[in-house]
Amino acid sequence: MKLRRSMLFIPGNNPGMIQNAGVLGADSIILDLEDAVAVTEKDSARILVRNAIKTLDFYNSEIVVRINPLSTDFGFEDIKEIAKVKPHALLIPKATEEDIKACDDILKRIEEYERFENNHIKLFPLIETAYGLENVYNIIKASDRVEGVLLGAEDLTADLGIKRTREGEEIFYARCKVASACRAFRVDAIDTPFTDLNDYDGFVEDIKKAKSIGMTGKAAINPRQIDTIHDVFAPSKEEIEYAKRVMKAQEDAKREGKGVFSLDGKMVDAPIIQRADTILEKAKLSGLL
Amino acid sequence: MINAALREIPEYIKGYGKVKPFEGAFKNINKAQKANVSLNCKSSNDDKVVSSIEEVLKKCGIRDGMTLSFHHHLRNGDYVLNMVMEEVARLGIKDIKVAASSIFPIHEPLVELIKSGVVTGIYTNYMSGPVAQAVSLGYLKYPAIMHTHGGRARAIESGDLHIDIAFIASPACDTYGNINGVEGRAACGSLGYAIPDAMYADRVVAITDNLLPYPLCPIEISQEYVDYIVAVEEIGDPKGIVSGTTKITKDPVGLKIAKLASSLIEESGLLKDGFSFQTGAGGTTLAVAAYVKEIMKRKNIKGSFAAGGITGYIVEMLEEGLFTSLFDVQCFDLKAVQSYRDNKNHQGMSASMYGNPHNKGAVVNMLDVMILGATEVDTDFNVNVTTGSDGFIMGGSGGHSDTAAGAKLSIVTTQLIKGRLPIVADRVTTVTTPGETIDAIVTERGIAINPKRKDLIEKLKGSKLPIMSIEELKNLAVKITGIPQRYENNGKIVGVVEYRDGTVIDVIRQVQ
Repeated sequence: MKLRRSMLFIPGNNPGMIQNAGVLGADSIILDLEDAVAVTEKDSARILVRNAIKTLDFYNSEIVVRINPLSTDFGFEDIKEIAKVKPHALLIPKATEEDIKACDDILKRIEEYERFENNHIKLFPLIETAYGLENVYNIIKASDRVEGVLLGAEDLTADLGIKRTREGEEIFYARCKVASACRAFRVDAIDTPFTDLNDYDGFVEDIKKAKSIGMTGKAAINPRQIDTIHDVFAPSKEEIEYAKRVMKAQEDAKREGKGVFSLDGKMVDAPIIQRADTILEKAKLSGLL
Repeated sequence: MINAALREIPEYIKGYGKVKPFEGAFKNINKAQKANVSLNCKSSNDDKVVSSIEEVLKKCGIRDGMTLSFHHHLRNGDYVLNMVMEEVARLGIKDIKVAASSIFPIHEPLVELIKSGVVTGIYTNYMSGPVAQAVSLGYLKYPAIMHTHGGRARAIESGDLHIDIAFIASPACDTYGNINGVEGRAACGSLGYAIPDAMYADRVVAITDNLLPYPLCPIEISQEYVDYIVAVEEIGDPKGIVSGTTKITKDPVGLKIAKLASSLIEESGLLKDGFSFQTGAGGTTLAVAAYVKEIMKRKNIKGSFAAGGITGYIVEMLEEGLFTSLFDVQCFDLKAVQSYRDNKNHQGMSASMYGNPHNKGAVVNMLDVMILGATEVDTDFNVNVTTGSDGFIMGGSGGHSDTAAGAKLSIVTTQLIKGRLPIVADRVTTVTTPGETIDAIVTERGIAINPKRKDLIEKLKGSKLPIMSIEELKNLAVKITGIPQRYENNGKIVGVVEYRDGTVIDVIRQVQ
């Protein structure tokens, strides 16, 4: 299991920020060639990001590059240049099933040419259109490289012609749909960023809401958001204690030769054991155990 | 000769005299002697209020070669130094030594006076801006002498720095020379740095824009030290005196460093009831205070005191009961000024009480933790806060060396790379604070503990903090930046860096 609670966007045209990205503690860093970079700087940002991946140490953060949409002149050029330096994954904006297949194809060819192992470079489709959302299941299915989906609520609500609000009721359906489709394939469901940096309470509520629906991580647009995201996604003390007791009860039952057992008067079955196992694994990775 | 900080220094420096080499931070603190003070006593018939600066200069017997002192509580809003020196120049006086506790960009007019020989010497604890540049370029006749805050008090009290006339910028002053810093439009709070000057100078002149009837209350510097009072229109620009508010950094790298520093403090075992603490006013060091505050609240820790230059943030910690008292030598913002005036637990201290190594015990000796900055650090843990890597003077110790020597745990917080430069180097450009008094360097990429602190290293065994050797830290930086070509300089000596005990820890050479 790889923790992917936070994915931090870093502008691909800002050397100072790229240089320090690895010390900020995000699980993933998204070096952005798309929205953060003006059209006139697309080529230089691409070179900067390529060289940064080649030379800098990002410590424990995995490196994902958001390329430009494949429908633009820059998308395929981005892939050709960036794949050569072996980032962990590419983030594909406004992703469609066809886009993911096309990316898979070109990556396969690059990997063969560069003699990288097959399927080394992973994909994250960015779901930010109604068309993409309704087809999210097939988008994930389109390639074995897909490790997670990122929901982009700003573009999605724009596409839907609706208003984005602090409470986020308007993206409830999208969150549920993405979370469920991701779970079906056991890939990560990364929630849309919260953009008001001054609204700390709203931010915490927003993460909690996403977590309760089944999103497994959240994108961040500022390093200051990382700790809060990690705190909310960390298993609580109570969850950890309960999980420990489940595992202990299971061991005791095994020793006593019991097939079925109960804890606090309630039957413990496979899903409960699995959840306890996942919580303990997450707690370990989060440094809580 | 080579001193104990391994710097090559001459035995004699022209315009400075025989050099006492730095022998180690704690080698020179056993015995001390204070200077005698000569004074002109007043009778009940004497009037202290004088109508102009010119007149007061004459009454004080101004002549070539004198040393005039100033304090820096009005910071970059100070009008007094320029006002007095303009008058000195107008009177045709030459060869003046300016002993200003700090020099800021506002003191630019000094540059012309340096070039024309009105000013030939400078004693200061910190200088930035045009005067620092002019000194670096070799315009000053004699080398500038850079003190620490505590070292300046020591030099004055011992007679090493004899002041002929001290000018005290006074936000409030009564007609018999009682002064405080908490009233008036130029209110700046504590006047701690001016106290040794007032006590040891031959003549003491209060310059005020707020002359009040006798007696003033409260009194910070009393009538027994003050010879004359001159009322002027304005002693300073309030905007330059105190910043409205001092703010915690939003820079994510600064916050990361602050978080690591606070974790180090927590794991050092010093953060418990009775904890004492000092930080500067910089955004990152303030962020350390913010994180420390969080820990203190979470663990219900009641600290003892915070000291130094005081910010609104530290005042909030006092008000929330996290400290029982503050020691304030200088207020950094308006909230601190207000608290210093209104809260009896917010106490003033003189520069001597703050950091003088040659008194019967300075406040720095009681500090648990000090958070310091750095321009450069070397692999011996020596810290430079005096010159940039280009050799220009851009600061000075201030209280850096004093607190580093006194505190149980002195932590330097700095980015590992600034601009394109690695901050940890083999050798700093100038040694301000000796490595033996620095316990830890905290950067965004790792923490180095001084190998001399075996107890601390032992304590941190098993810690999750990114602890590494200083060489590893340096290599991390160099891997990104490469090794910059050193700026080698063998020019004439333009500055002498005195350690707090009066020995010479390094010299500053003319920028070519």
